[in-house]
Amino acid sequence: MDKKFLYYLIKRVLLAIVTIFLVVTITFFIMNFIPGGPFQSEKSVKPETLAALNAKFGLDKPLGEQYVNYLKGAATFDFGPSMKLDGRQVTDVILEGFAVSAKTGLIAAACALVLGMVFGSLAAVYHNKIIDRIIMVVSTAFVAMPSFIVATLLLWLFCIQTNVFPPNGQEPGGLVLPIISLMLYPMAYVIRLTRSSMLDVLGQDYIRTAKAKGVSGTKVLFKHALRNAVTPVITYAGPMIAFIITGSLVVEKIFVVPGLGKYFVSSITNRDYSMVMGTTIFLAVIVVIMMLLSDILYKIFDPRVDLS
Amino acid sequence: MSKKVDTSLPAKNPLSFQLDLSKWEKASTTEKEQQIVERESVTFFRDGMRRLWKNKVAITCAFLLIVIILAVIIIPMVYPYSYDQQLSVAKRGQIPDATYNELGPMEYSKTELKKIENGEKVFPHILGTDSLGRDYFIRVVYGTRISLSVGLFASIIVLIIGTLYGSISGYFGGKVDLIMMRFVDIIYSLPDMLMVVLFSVVFNRTLEPLIEGTFLSKLGTGMISIFIVFALLYWVSMARLIRGQILTIKQQEFILTAKALGAKPARIIRKHLLPNCISVIVISTALQIPNAIFTESFLSFLGLGVSIPMPSLGSLANDNLSYIYSDVYRLMVPALTICVIVLSLNLFGDGLRDAFDPKQKK
Repeated sequence: MDKKFLYYLIKRVLLAIVTIFLVVTITFFIMNFIPGGPFQSEKSVKPETLAALNAKFGLDKPLGEQYVNYLKGAATFDFGPSMKLDGRQVTDVILEGFAVSAKTGLIAAACALVLGMVFGSLAAVYHNKIIDRIIMVVSTAFVAMPSFIVATLLLWLFCIQTNVFPPNGQEPGGLVLPIISLMLYPMAYVIRLTRSSMLDVLGQDYIRTAKAKGVSGTKVLFKHALRNAVTPVITYAGPMIAFIITGSLVVEKIFVVPGLGKYFVSSITNRDYSMVMGTTIFLAVIVVIMMLLSDILYKIFDPRVDLS
Repeated sequence: MSKKVDTSLPAKNPLSFQLDLSKWEKASTTEKEQQIVERESVTFFRDGMRRLWKNKVAITCAFLLIVIILAVIIIPMVYPYSYDQQLSVAKRGQIPDATYNELGPMEYSKTELKKIENGEKVFPHILGTDSLGRDYFIRVVYGTRISLSVGLFASIIVLIIGTLYGSISGYFGGKVDLIMMRFVDIIYSLPDMLMVVLFSVVFNRTLEPLIEGTFLSKLGTGMISIFIVFALLYWVSMARLIRGQILTIKQQEFILTAKALGAKPARIIRKHLLPNCISVIVISTALQIPNAIFTESFLSFLGLGVSIPMPSLGSLANDNLSYIYSDVYRLMVPALTICVIVLSLNLFGDGLRDAFDPKQKK
C-alpha cells in the first residue's frame, strides 16, 4: 500500500510539473503568435521608438533565446516589466492583486464548503421531505446561473433597490456581495455532492448497527455518516478553486474589486501581453497545485480507493 | 389421411413410475392460450422514452426548449426589424430621427408617432431600442439563436473528436491506449477557463487577416475561436467516457465473433462498438450544450466572444451592464434567458440520463 501510494504520488507530481511547463510554453508561444507584436497597435509609433521598446522588453532577440529567458524568469517567478503599467514589475502587480483576490476567494471557498455540506446533509436527512425539496430546487437553480449573472442580480437587489451593501468593493462591507456571488455555484455543487453521497452512506448497514446500539442521532450523523460522505467533496475542492478564480474575473469587474481578476481583464483589453502571460501562468499554477492536493487528500481520506 | 400412430404403451410394470397416459387428458386450445403470458416486446429506445415521459420535469423542460428553438427560428423571419438595423440612421430621402435611440418598451419614436397619426400601422418595439436605435427584442431573439447554435456546434465538435479519439484508444488498448491517455491526462489537467481566455485573446487577433473576405469573416473571429478552443480542449472528458465504455464492451463475445469473421477494426468500431454506447454519447452531448453556452456567455461578457454587430446573450448582458441603474430590464432579459436555457438543458439532460442510462446515476 505504502509503496503504491508513493508511486501514485510521484506520478501525480510529475504530471503536475509537466502541466505547468506546458502552460508556460503554450502561453509563451501563443502570445508570440499574435502578428505585429504588442506595440504595433499603438497610434503611430516611430520606428526608433519601436526598436527601443522591443529592446527594452527583449523582443529583438531570436525566439528561442526569448523562450529560454522567459522559462528562466518563470522558474524564479519573475515575469519581467509590465508593458502598459509604466515602470511596474508584473510579479509585483500580481502579488498585490492576489492579496485582495485570495481573501475573497478563500472566504468564498470556505463558506461554499461549510454551507454546502450543512445543507447537503440536511437534505439527505430529510430525504423527500419539504426541506429536501426546497434545498434541491434552489441548488439546481444556482448551478444554472453563470457567476456574472448572479453578481449583477445581487448588485441590483442589494445595492440599487435596497442599498444594503455598497456597490464598490473597496468600501467597508463591499466584499460581501463578491463573496456571495463567487460562492453560490460551488455551494450548490457541494450540496448536490454531499446529498447524494450522504444518502448512499445513510443506507449502509453500519449506520443501522450504530442506531441499533443506541448511538444518538446527531452522533450517528456526524461521527459515522458525515465522515464517510465527505470524500467526494474533497475531490471537488480543486475544481472549485479553479471555478472561483475564473469567476473572480467577471465578479471583480462588476464590483470594482482591485483584485487579480480585474488586472487580468484590463490587461486583455489593453494588450498588456507580459501581464496576460504572467497572470495566466500564476493562476494556472494555483489551479494545478490545488488539483494535485485534492487528489492526494482524496486518497489519504479514503484508503478504499484503488490507486491504479 | 395421416397414418394412425399407435399410442398405446406396453403393459405397465406395477412397480414402475412410468405415467399412465390413460389417466391424462390433452390440453384444449383455450387452456394452451391461457398459459402464454402476453407481453409486447419493448425495444431499448421505447423503454427509455417511456421512462423519460414519466419524468414530468424533463418533459416540461424539453417542451420549453422546443418553444424557445421554434421562437428563435420563426420570429426573425416575420419580425419587421433586423438585429443590426439602426432605425435612427436615415435611409435615402429621409430625415434622421434621433428619438429612435433608447426607446422604452412599447414606446414610439417621433417619426413613428406621425405615421400612427396618419393612420399607418407601426409594429411596436416590444423591448424598446438600444442606444444605437436597434430594436432590442429582435437582438435578444437573435442573441438567443447565436448562443444556442454556438452551444450546439461546439458540442458536435466535442462529440466528433472525443468519440473518434476515445474509441481508437479504447479499441486498440495496450501501448496505444497508454500514450493516447497520457496526452488526455495532460490536457485534462490544464486549467480550461484560463486557457480558453488566452486562446480567445490570441485567435481574435490572429484570425482576422486570415479569414478576411471569406464566409468565415461573417461569423466573426470570436465565434471561430470559441469553436477552436472547444475542439482543442473540451473533447477530453468525452474521449475518456467513450474509452471506458469501449473497454468494457470489447470484452464481449460478439466482438470476438466479428473479429473471427475478419471484420476490420474500423468496421468493428463503427458497426459494433459505437452503437452500443450511443446512449452515453447522446447524454453527454446533451449535457455538454449548456456547458458550451456557459463558456460562450462568459467569454462574450469579457468582450472576447462574438463580434459586433452580432449579439449573443453574454455580449448583450455585457453591453447593457451600465443600464443596471436605470432600465434594469435590459440587463435582466438576456441574463434570465441564459439561466432558463441552461437550467432546462441541464434538467432535460439529467432526465435523459435517468431514462436511458440508469446505471450512471450520480
